[in-house]
Amino acid sequence: MKTILKALLGSAVVALLAAPASAATLDDVKAKGHIQCGVSTGLAGFSAPDNAGNWTGLDVDFCRAVAAAVFDDPNAVQFTPLSAKERFTALQSGEVDLLSRNTTWTISRDTALGLNFAGVTYYDGQGFMINAKKLQGINSALQLSGAAVCVQAGTTTELNLADYFKANNMEYNPVVFEKLEEVNTAYDSGRCDVYTTDQSGLYAIRLTLSSPDDHIVLPEIISKEPLGPVVRHGDDQWFDIVKWVYYALLNAEELGVSQANIEESMNSDKPDVRRLLGTEDGTKLGSDLGLTNDWAARVIKHVGNYGEMFERNVGADSPLKISRGVNALWTKGGLQYGMPIR
Amino acid sequence: MQEHDLSFVRAQMAAVEPPPVAEHGIGPWLRKNLFANVTDTVFTIIGLVLVVMIVPPLVEWAFINAQWSGTDRTVCATIAQGGIQPDGWSGACWAFVEAKFQQFMFGRYPIDERWRVYLTGVLFIGLLAPLLIPSVPRKGLNAVLLFVVFPVVGYFLLSGGAFGLKPVATPLWGGLMVTLVLAYVGISVSLPLGILLALGRRSHMPVVKLVCVTFIETMRGVPLITVLFMASVMLPLFLPPGTSFDKLLRALIGVALFASAYMAEVIRGGLQAIPKGQYEGADALGLSYWKKMNLVVLPQAIKLVIPGIVNTFIGLFKDTSLVYIIGMFDLLGVVRQNFSDASWASPQTPITGLVFAGFVFWLFCFGMSRYSIFMERRLDTGHKR
Repeated sequence: MKTILKALLGSAVVALLAAPASAATLDDVKAKGHIQCGVSTGLAGFSAPDNAGNWTGLDVDFCRAVAAAVFDDPNAVQFTPLSAKERFTALQSGEVDLLSRNTTWTISRDTALGLNFAGVTYYDGQGFMINAKKLQGINSALQLSGAAVCVQAGTTTELNLADYFKANNMEYNPVVFEKLEEVNTAYDSGRCDVYTTDQSGLYAIRLTLSSPDDHIVLPEIISKEPLGPVVRHGDDQWFDIVKWVYYALLNAEELGVSQANIEESMNSDKPDVRRLLGTEDGTKLGSDLGLTNDWAARVIKHVGNYGEMFERNVGADSPLKISRGVNALWTKGGLQYGMPIR
Repeated sequence: MQEHDLSFVRAQMAAVEPPPVAEHGIGPWLRKNLFANVTDTVFTIIGLVLVVMIVPPLVEWAFINAQWSGTDRTVCATIAQGGIQPDGWSGACWAFVEAKFQQFMFGRYPIDERWRVYLTGVLFIGLLAPLLIPSVPRKGLNAVLLFVVFPVVGYFLLSGGAFGLKPVATPLWGGLMVTLVLAYVGISVSLPLGILLALGRRSHMPVVKLVCVTFIETMRGVPLITVLFMASVMLPLFLPPGTSFDKLLRALIGVALFASAYMAEVIRGGLQAIPKGQYEGADALGLSYWKKMNLVVLPQAIKLVIPGIVNTFIGLFKDTSLVYIIGMFDLLGVVRQNFSDASWASPQTPITGLVFAGFVFWLFCFGMSRYSIFMERRLDTGHKR
């Protein structure tokens, strides 16, 4: 058994390093008639089942956007729920064509794991939540010296927390739990003063607290967690498609093209809009990408622009009510910047 | 010799007198069973206090304050939490279970095709019930139908792709349906395989013995989580890109082999309890090995280890929840997955969902346990205490 294990692990490492290059994902996808998309097994606002069991969320909508661009059908996508551990193997082995699973973009993942990050659909970062009624007058994480901090075990969150308190010469008592539900209960019952995890997660957790309005999320972000869709190395065409679907979503919001006004926008005479929607005479932007020229129009028609996706799943129109913050367009002081489509 | 006047001897028995008042009725019963001495009294009082402390709040939470229907989290959240309930309200959010019930049962199985699951369920119950009732005849035919014909029919019904049925990929399966499929396959494979392994382990043939011992010890030595995890994460790396080996099948094989190893040891316990004389008696009658086992040894051995077998079955039934690590969602997995639906996020949602899942698991396990007690009593022919 031991030797089998060793052999298994050894070849796994080789496979990880070599990262099988399966070319022409687009052809494979077209042949099977759907995109196989890896999503998280359940994360509020990003990929979660609704009452009918359909997948919803920001990550899920991105998969649907790519499906809309390729097939003109946002439902031509099948979802594979993946745990954090198996997500990269699933992508490398070709089990999924696209991984859209709140995955942080880091250099080691981009290089050693043989992956390509197509963009950042959500700029996240680790934050702190406190009970403002209990800890009055605290409005910065730098005032948290000596606090008991609730944190989930075995996550990078735990390590970032230690780094942050050490760097600022502060003391803290970690209250560590294995399961998310346990951390929530401990924080809600007042066993710790501070809850730390990714900010998007804090908003979801706030909904399950007994008095959400008493709790505030502190402004400090102590880590960078840019989350985005990922594809395999070795297929530049597919990488381009996923990347430009993302930029098309951003450009559509910037140009004011939305699901509601897509029909009128198709007749627009603004050059930017015409280039985006492929209504320009003799345009080759879409066909150069390997798609039809109305690829971006299909995306907007079926899932809307980035702003609509955001508000529907995590923003004002959702129970999470996360503000755009750094996820606003660059024109509004945020970081979302769509490369020009021309 | 003295004369006896028989007229003074009673011809009939005197009517039985009721016991003295001090010995029957509620008062003496209480004194005898609950307040016999100081220790008993103290424990009785502690017990009563606990019941009073636990039961009314539980009833209030689960029934009186509970919300039975609604469309989203507002019915299960207080005003401060963004809902409609008064502050300080605490009750079960059965509305969540109601809204998600279909998902808890079938996962993402397409709604138009769910009649196939119902049909499979009806077939299963129709074949299982007569097999469980001792007085129904034709047990042999029944068993063949349930364990040979039914799996084939069930496979085509559920996964489709033949006879004009639309294919339904296993990633869409979920909920209680997956739990039952895993448990059915695990149970019906592990018992016969376990018996063979147990016999093999006691065999005098060295190769057979070595193979069985190695299999049992390896399987028992590795946690089920590891088996499932290796099958899910490592296996795809060896297969050519693009091929994916069905996840449910991986789980089925893992669970069935794992349960077989445990079953083998339970059965071996029973085999060791059979006296040597029984083996020798069977040999003396000139029975072949299989006839000896089939007619003499196994009927006695299995009867002895019914509690152990059912214990393994119940353990297996609950272990099916571990498939969540390979991205399959059994009942508990689907319930937990739905906690991430922000439109139902409230402080009451997780606890209600877990109570519901626990109740369903308890129903099945309790059913198995009661049936095994019934079977033990029925078969108890020589060891009754």
